[in-house]
Amino acid sequence: MSIAVLDRPRSKAIARPAPPEPLVSMRNVCKGYGSGVTRNEVLRNINLNLRKGEFLAIVGFSGSGKTTLTKLLAGLELPDSGEIVMENEVIKGPSQERGIVFQNYSLLPWLTVRGNIALSVDRVFQHWSRGERRDHVEKFIEMVGLSHAVHRRPHELSGGMRQRVSLARTLAMKPNVLLLDEPLSALDALTRSVLQEEILKIWEEERQTCLLITNDVDEAILLADRIVPLNPGPNASLGPAFSVELDRPRDKTALNHNETFKGLRNAVTNYLVAVRQKSRDDEALASESAPIELPELKPRSLRIPRGRAG
Amino acid sequence: MNWRGNALKFCDVAGLPALEPFVRLLAGEDVKEQLKGIAKFVVLPIAAVAVFLMLWSAAARTVVTDSMRLPSPTDTWIAGKELFAMHTAQRADDRKVKQEKAMQAVEYLAQANMVTKQAEAATGERKEKLLANATVLKKKAIQAANYRPSSAPTFVDQIITSLKTVFVGFAIATLIAVPIGVLCGMSPWCNAALTPFIQVFKPVSPLAWLPLAFLIIVWAYSGTKPGETFFDKAFLISAITVSLCSLWPTLVNTTLGVASVDKDYMNVARVLKLSWSQQLFKIILPASLPLMFAGLRISLGVGWMVLIAADMLAQNPGLGKFVWDEFQNGSSQTYARIAFSVIIIGVIGLVLDRIMIFMRNLVSFGDPQAA
Repeated sequence: MSIAVLDRPRSKAIARPAPPEPLVSMRNVCKGYGSGVTRNEVLRNINLNLRKGEFLAIVGFSGSGKTTLTKLLAGLELPDSGEIVMENEVIKGPSQERGIVFQNYSLLPWLTVRGNIALSVDRVFQHWSRGERRDHVEKFIEMVGLSHAVHRRPHELSGGMRQRVSLARTLAMKPNVLLLDEPLSALDALTRSVLQEEILKIWEEERQTCLLITNDVDEAILLADRIVPLNPGPNASLGPAFSVELDRPRDKTALNHNETFKGLRNAVTNYLVAVRQKSRDDEALASESAPIELPELKPRSLRIPRGRAG
Repeated sequence: MNWRGNALKFCDVAGLPALEPFVRLLAGEDVKEQLKGIAKFVVLPIAAVAVFLMLWSAAARTVVTDSMRLPSPTDTWIAGKELFAMHTAQRADDRKVKQEKAMQAVEYLAQANMVTKQAEAATGERKEKLLANATVLKKKAIQAANYRPSSAPTFVDQIITSLKTVFVGFAIATLIAVPIGVLCGMSPWCNAALTPFIQVFKPVSPLAWLPLAFLIIVWAYSGTKPGETFFDKAFLISAITVSLCSLWPTLVNTTLGVASVDKDYMNVARVLKLSWSQQLFKIILPASLPLMFAGLRISLGVGWMVLIAADMLAQNPGLGKFVWDEFQNGSSQTYARIAFSVIIIGVIGLVLDRIMIFMRNLVSFGDPQAA
């Protein structure tokens, strides 16, 4: 079901040159959990093309199936129907080609910052010499600015620092596709904006194919080339794509006064709100359709009957 | 100020909250707050012990029969001092005897050398006789040099035997329980297969196991003479009883720990495509260590408790046998000595528990729990 609540409000923009080949594409992907009565359909008919070198953001409310979508792309879950193809190969399981940054960091608490990053580097670049791997780890620790904390363990780090480690761990694997599953949503607003800028900086250096899942429209506009809204679940599907016509490098403070930015933010937000309203209305309608009819009864007397069942 | 942080961390990990206020006082923190801490962790326990001692003395005056009386704290203290004095005296005696024997050995050896020299000078029948004499003297010297005091084990010896037994039993239990626990945690099928055994054998008392352990050891040692084998029979029976009882908490906790490894960690392992053994050693085992050590701690506690009973029945020369022998002897000192050994057993149990808490806190990064 592709909802056409609103016309694409701001996508009249300039026609872009022919889009590059998709690196990853999802074709009619459906996914649900449970079976029988407790079956819960999460995603339905998802079609998505992730092009090489692009930064795509998927925006949606919490509970709309964003995490399931990342897990499918990462190969941690397999679709019930449809297929996900990466470079002409159907994804059948997780792979080091698709690095994922988890929302809750997923750092191993018994390893230091270096240990956590070295774990993936040692695994992915087994054929390298010890020295090469160590230099590689150092490079990425430096990239996320944690050189002063290499020997600390995750519980001694702040949330922002933990997410940096997690990011460095995934970037150090040199994946073809970077999947960011709400990487910043557990952080406070200030740390969040600092890390947004850092992700932007790192991405502009590497220009890696990247998919960001977020619930923050501003964040999506700041970082992404294209924004695809995720209509709320159950049976979540993707809405129309909005392309972000903002020049890079982008500057967060300057963007706040940019008309394109403002218009895009309104458009995406309005779309999401309208879609959610529609889904709520549908739900309400569905529950209204079979109201329980109560019999109309009126007591003739309020007196307690006596003399019975003595 | 880094020593302060390290010291506080040590208190936390070692499970010694009593030291914390002192560290903070030394670091010059708010005095009133720290005094409160000292009152809570130091003064209050001391006061509680004092009250207990008073009640104990009162009870000692009341609980008196014709032949027996409850020992007072003073009696117990004196008995304890005596036990240790006996130990020191015995050790001194042993050392003296040993020294004498060593001297004897030297003497014998000197004689033997002399006789050999004489033999070299002599000829014929006399030479042979002298050589034979020298061999006898040498044998005597070796015997004297290898002399081992055969006095009865003292109280301290018994403590050491008990500790050895419990550690051997605990080590056997760990070697069995951890691999099986890991297996059960990783495979629900394996767990389902072993659950009936765990459920049935877990609540069995050590006294019921003991005859079976006895049977197995007697079978294994049939055809050997005492002194020939590395371990004493009674020692092994006790140790195996201990391990049979202390197996279960470790097994159950390891299973739980392995089965409940955070799914996110497993996702990391899956994305990295770690091999089975890498998953086991780099993710699953480290992640389940805190629960495993919680289980080991309970196991060691159970083992120590069971050991006393096992010692009594198997006649393993440990603390349990000491208590039992004292009870059978029935001297005037009996009850005071038993009371003293009760306290010693408790203190050793406490120390073992603290060590396990310390180890558990070392491996649970991020959330050492005070316990």
